[in-house]
Amino acid sequence: MYVAVKGGEEAIDNAHGLLAHERRGPISIPDLSPDQIETQLALAVDRVMAEGSLYDPALAALAIKQARGDLIEAIFLVRAFRTTLPRFGNGEPVETGAMAIERRISATFKDLPGGQVLGPTFDYTHRLIDFMLAAGVTPPLPAEVETEHEATPRVTDLLDGEGLIEQELRDDTVEVGDLTRAPLDFPADRDLRLQALARGDEGFLLALGYSTQRGYGRTHPFVGEIRFGEVMAEFVPEELGFAVPLGPVALTECQMVNQFHGSAELPPQFTRGYGLVFGQSERKAMSMSLVDRALRTREFGEDVTAPAQDEEFVLSHCDNVQATGFVEHLKLPHYVDFQAELGLVRQMRSEYAARQQELKEAAE
Amino acid sequence: MAACAGASPAELVQALAGLGDVPAATDLRGTEQGLVMLRGRMGGDGNPFNLGEATVTRAAIRLPDGRTGFAYQLGRDAAKARTAAILDALWQGPERAAVEAALAPIRDRIAGEAAAKARRVAATRVNFFTMVRGED
Repeated sequence: MYVAVKGGEEAIDNAHGLLAHERRGPISIPDLSPDQIETQLALAVDRVMAEGSLYDPALAALAIKQARGDLIEAIFLVRAFRTTLPRFGNGEPVETGAMAIERRISATFKDLPGGQVLGPTFDYTHRLIDFMLAAGVTPPLPAEVETEHEATPRVTDLLDGEGLIEQELRDDTVEVGDLTRAPLDFPADRDLRLQALARGDEGFLLALGYSTQRGYGRTHPFVGEIRFGEVMAEFVPEELGFAVPLGPVALTECQMVNQFHGSAELPPQFTRGYGLVFGQSERKAMSMSLVDRALRTREFGEDVTAPAQDEEFVLSHCDNVQATGFVEHLKLPHYVDFQAELGLVRQMRSEYAARQQELKEAAE
Repeated sequence: MAACAGASPAELVQALAGLGDVPAATDLRGTEQGLVMLRGRMGGDGNPFNLGEATVTRAAIRLPDGRTGFAYQLGRDAAKARTAAILDALWQGPERAAVEAALAPIRDRIAGEAAAKARRVAATRVNFFTMVRGED
């Protein structure tokens, strides 16, 4: 329990003044503009949008500046901002098959239609610090190759004919759960689980995904496909009655393909885990797809033996704003609580000392 | 509408200015910021789920002749959304060709940037080749 206490207003004001001063840093160094953050720290912006659950690169960049680069604080700011706005409605589901591909790789099919393109990736870099960046060198223009537009179907559509891979059910009449409108209830269906994972903490999901690979709920995953690029967001306003394009949204999608031995009802086939994240975040999309598959135990009659398979554990702890709130509330005044505990410990100690004394006397 | 959504604020102002004298529009509904919940599909092609929200600004205007125009755009730029709504209203009538012409440079710029990006991405395409094993 924490109780209301008064006092400290001046200290708080001055602390915030000091924060603003420290945020700015030495005046001799140029101020950082949100535009610079948006375009040059784009992956930090992407993470804030994904976990802030709000697509708005300029806002996320400003939040990063305000938070002095503390991304969870920036995510908190973005989450708080969204609560100030009305919701116009729900968008049309994005068509990732029609994505303007900037990166697309598959670990399962070498020659997939549309090809494998690496795009702007850290993969195959040597992870050596590049001191040229400190010198402010402008990089040469990237190579260009003339290209004919080639369709890039999702890898999971390629095996369709044989039924070797699980088919998703598609029913647009089902109601879609929304954890921002109704508190999570367990068991939670896959729509709610995916929403929670999409805004979940990257580090937490990475660790859980990793744990499934190390044997805590093993799912035998293969990366069917990872793609990154822009799709057009669409929305049907009530007054218009047709879909209007809102603008392009950058997304990373991961299709994880997992082994499954089959059950009494289902023949052996590959099952799937799915990841979809705002911006360019392969690590998050892959982790999400691993955890999505691990959580599908009820569908496949699998025993829940590991943390990554336990939906209550995963969904209750994957939100870093929630987690921060509860962990950091410990620093709020608990003076009365602690006084009560102090009194209790003193009493227990005096009782203990009296018992020791009695034992000692009895022994003599 | 896609061209308006992808345009920069300055481009839209320029497009509207290029149409000459435009009658003053009145707000059908105040231009406002809000949210649209973006959705994905399970596995890319299955049942929908809520992915996360996006900031969206909407504008609805009426021209003196009664034509109405609407705009819904990602982001928080009220002036840009209102300009797009005026262009939308003008497009509903005799100015359609002029609006299309005014938006053409924006479309060209967006298409040009997309093509340049596609060429850069294409240069990172992997061409696998299999090493032939010498058997004899």
